[in-house]
Amino acid sequence: MLSQARRWILAPLVTLLAASFVLFTAVWLQPGNPLTLILGAKASPAQYRYVAHKLGLDRPMPVRYWDWLTGAVRGNFGTSLVYKQSVASLIAPRIVTTLLLVAYASVIILVVGVTLGIIGGMSPRAAPAVAGLNGLGVAIPGFVAAEMLIAVFAVQLGWFPVLGTGQGLAGRLQHLTLPAIALAIASIAYVSQITRAAVSAEAQSPHVETARGRGLSGPRILRRHVLRNAAMPILTVSALTVASLLAGTLVVEYAFGLGGIGSLLDQSVQDKDSNVVLAIGLILVLVFVITTTALDFLQYLMDPRLRLKGAAK
Amino acid sequence: MTLTARLSRAPALLRAEEPRAKADMIAVAAGCVCLALLIVAIFAPLIAPHQPDTIDAAAISQGPSAAHLLGTDSLGRDVLSRALYGARLSLLGPALVTVVSTTLGTAVAITGTWVGGAFDRVTARFMDILFAFPGLLFAVLAVVAFGAGLIAPVIALSVAYTPYIARVIRAAAVHERQLPYLEACQLLGYSSWRTAAYHLLRNVRLLIVAQATLAFGYSLLDLAALSFIGLGVQPPTAEWGLMVSEGDSALLNGYPYESLAAGAAIVITVVAFNVLGERLTARSQARQ
Repeated sequence: MLSQARRWILAPLVTLLAASFVLFTAVWLQPGNPLTLILGAKASPAQYRYVAHKLGLDRPMPVRYWDWLTGAVRGNFGTSLVYKQSVASLIAPRIVTTLLLVAYASVIILVVGVTLGIIGGMSPRAAPAVAGLNGLGVAIPGFVAAEMLIAVFAVQLGWFPVLGTGQGLAGRLQHLTLPAIALAIASIAYVSQITRAAVSAEAQSPHVETARGRGLSGPRILRRHVLRNAAMPILTVSALTVASLLAGTLVVEYAFGLGGIGSLLDQSVQDKDSNVVLAIGLILVLVFVITTTALDFLQYLMDPRLRLKGAAK
Repeated sequence: MTLTARLSRAPALLRAEEPRAKADMIAVAAGCVCLALLIVAIFAPLIAPHQPDTIDAAAISQGPSAAHLLGTDSLGRDVLSRALYGARLSLLGPALVTVVSTTLGTAVAITGTWVGGAFDRVTARFMDILFAFPGLLFAVLAVVAFGAGLIAPVIALSVAYTPYIARVIRAAAVHERQLPYLEACQLLGYSSWRTAAYHLLRNVRLLIVAQATLAFGYSLLDLAALSFIGLGVQPPTAEWGLMVSEGDSALLNGYPYESLAAGAAIVITVVAFNVLGERLTARSQARQ
């Protein structure tokens, strides 16, 4: 019980704490004075000192880190130097767009990736074609996919709008279709690659041979004998892929001019808006740590062998 | 960018599926493409028809023609020449990341298996923290701390890729350690250094090369993505990720050639390195 608490609660918390320190250090190292943004170049050194003191920027780094961390835990990420409003109010509307985009892309990845992988794994004739598609797909980065989709479907054919977020749910989904596909392509190929390998390894195993020999129907063999055993690698890779999509939005939102947290992070890095960079960085790391921990836990629940191994140790 | 666990997990599942003779032909073809790209990068000044930064106000955003085989960009610069010159920085960055992360990853993995104990536990903890950062975010943070350009992202990605490589090499090293030849080395009285650095390393070298090749492809994607969003190499340098972004406005006006050329260069390079890396991984694991 104690070792389990350590594995799923304490270890992720330590990782998060260390990651937050790395984040803060990176922003603290940032060259240039962030106050130039507020005061302009003409302000006197005394004015700089006054504002720095008022914002707490003149205190030692560990103190500032502690203040930031305790604030962040309570959901207070401070104020944006550029937008002059609280970081939370800046992120809240944008994170909806980003989450919608990630959710849309995840659905595409799971449906298309797993289906393609099953086809490639079950049918030896389709396998080389699927493998080839996968090999090509993983090499297409989100931004290249984005530009190509814009060139074909938005400029040439005019089926989809090029930029912006759209109104209402239907409008939003229409605006998010191309970005979601661009975000999904490399991950579809990756999920399909792993699914294909897992399914084909399972389809050649003795217990599936036996099921075939017993005269069970194809779909039933697939559902009850192949997929059940192949589910673990598929689940693992899908979860990790979906977790990493959030970082991918950085590129895709930029390409499509979407106002999500990815493009906000990019803009804030260029503007040296440190509080916003810290908040979004922390969100990305948090999502990643939570997903990997949840995945680890889920694997433990699903696979009795892992539990037995833990007990034996 | 979504490389999570990709370097380490895929090969284990994919190993020994294809027959050997056919596999080698594909690997040779991929290797030839990689070599050709390196040659293009080195000899770009001799191959390119124009200077990459000559601005020609009379030939702005043109489609392909005899004078400019891939057209010109929004400043009238020759797209083909920029793509050829772009190979230099676009390949230099990943090469640096590959060399540094492979060296670090191998050193950590081999030392960890050899020394064990506290050193092993501390490095494992440290690697766990690095795993929490998506590679791209880590590179963005480096840009925050040290400014945009090539150097900061290269250092950050080198660090971010180290745990992925270390994990694979470590697994192989743990496996090798129990083999008789290493025991024989110890019985012969060879020093740990000689045993680990020479005999063990020799036997996992194919896997190290394979992981390095894969890391090259993925770091190229990350570095190009970074310059695409304006945090990497800065204009007017010729670099593929930057070119895709610079071709954006021409693309909206129906001239996709610049984005297309740079995007195709990226995809072809990454496919070649990935295929080569995966074949090499499969071979090294078939040997074990």
